[in-house]
Amino acid sequence: MAEFTLPKNSVLTQGKTFSAPKGATRIRRFEVYRWDPDSGENPRVDVYELDMDSCGPMVLDAILKIKNEIDSTLTFRRSCREGVCGSCAMNINGKNTLACTKAIDSYPSTIKIFPLPHLQVVKDLVPDMTHFYAQYASIKPWIETQTPAPADSERLQSHEDRAKLDGLYDCVLCACCSTSCPSYWWNSERYLGPAVLLQAYRWLVDSRDETTGERLDDLEDPFKVYRCHTIMNCTDTCPKGLNPAKAIAEIKKLLVTRQQG
Amino acid sequence: MATPNNRPISPHLQVYKLPLTGIISISHRMTGVMLTFGLLLFTYVASTLAGGEAEYLAMQSVLGVWLIKLVYWGFVYALFFHLCHGVRHLIWDTGQSFSLETLDRYARIELASSLALTLIAFIFI
Repeated sequence: MAEFTLPKNSVLTQGKTFSAPKGATRIRRFEVYRWDPDSGENPRVDVYELDMDSCGPMVLDAILKIKNEIDSTLTFRRSCREGVCGSCAMNINGKNTLACTKAIDSYPSTIKIFPLPHLQVVKDLVPDMTHFYAQYASIKPWIETQTPAPADSERLQSHEDRAKLDGLYDCVLCACCSTSCPSYWWNSERYLGPAVLLQAYRWLVDSRDETTGERLDDLEDPFKVYRCHTIMNCTDTCPKGLNPAKAIAEIKKLLVTRQQG
Repeated sequence: MATPNNRPISPHLQVYKLPLTGIISISHRMTGVMLTFGLLLFTYVASTLAGGEAEYLAMQSVLGVWLIKLVYWGFVYALFFHLCHGVRHLIWDTGQSFSLETLDRYARIELASSLALTLIAFIFI
């Protein structure tokens, strides 16, 4: 059910302010969502003023600088720092993206950093992704075959069939798209969301997969696919430039054309 | 929503900046609801047609009030906006016009067309 406001325990409060060091000339202001599970308090927004002369260019660099130099309790996920692992997905100035590939200079003034929207927060910028991964597992993200594998080669694919996977296999499962989707916010118990549906489509169009029918059977459901209302936040926000909304439209087409016989 | 460990829900509507298509999408819903209520107005007008001259004249004077006129033209605009985005949905259903580069352009075309259609209706009614 759609809940437009935050529950009582999630309402934001004002946090601490950490001023820039004296003598700093290029100062940027960062507002960061903080929640400490041990404090028993509501989430707060802390303000950090950073000296850009001693900070790397990306938003992730700023977050690391805060953790290294100002407040070591700041908690977030990060790994590859080059947009291929999907760990540092967060909401930056109202849009979900990867902190590691987003330049600080691409924002004009204050940078506001929140965890991915409408998820349970474990701590600070770390949301609970358990449900998202469970949904991903539910679409069987692996090749399923019925025929025996060729004796002396791998299952081969033509260049054309391989090309169908471009823009699908590149997804890093950062969940930026799913957590940008209002329909996913209100219906995530039953709606699979854009990221998982993009992956579902990735296996539907794979020429080597032999269970397309069963995969479509699994998706034939009023909620799993059809809670997509083409709001387009997913495609708008994808930090990898992929198009989940189009993949979902293609799934809908497959489901309908199959019914036509 | 209750969560284990009293975990908060991260902010959503409070922080998310909807892109133009997102705004149009929610407006499409809201105009849909408005059109439902607008149908009451429409039904009232239609019923006065069957109610004889006195009722018809009373309806005419009600519709002459500027506030009601504003509601009426709001209804007409909502109708055309809903229609234009409906056409967009039909195009989307064919798997077309999803590319990120064209999203905003088509959204603006929708808004312009709905305004133009309202203007045309205004001129001819």
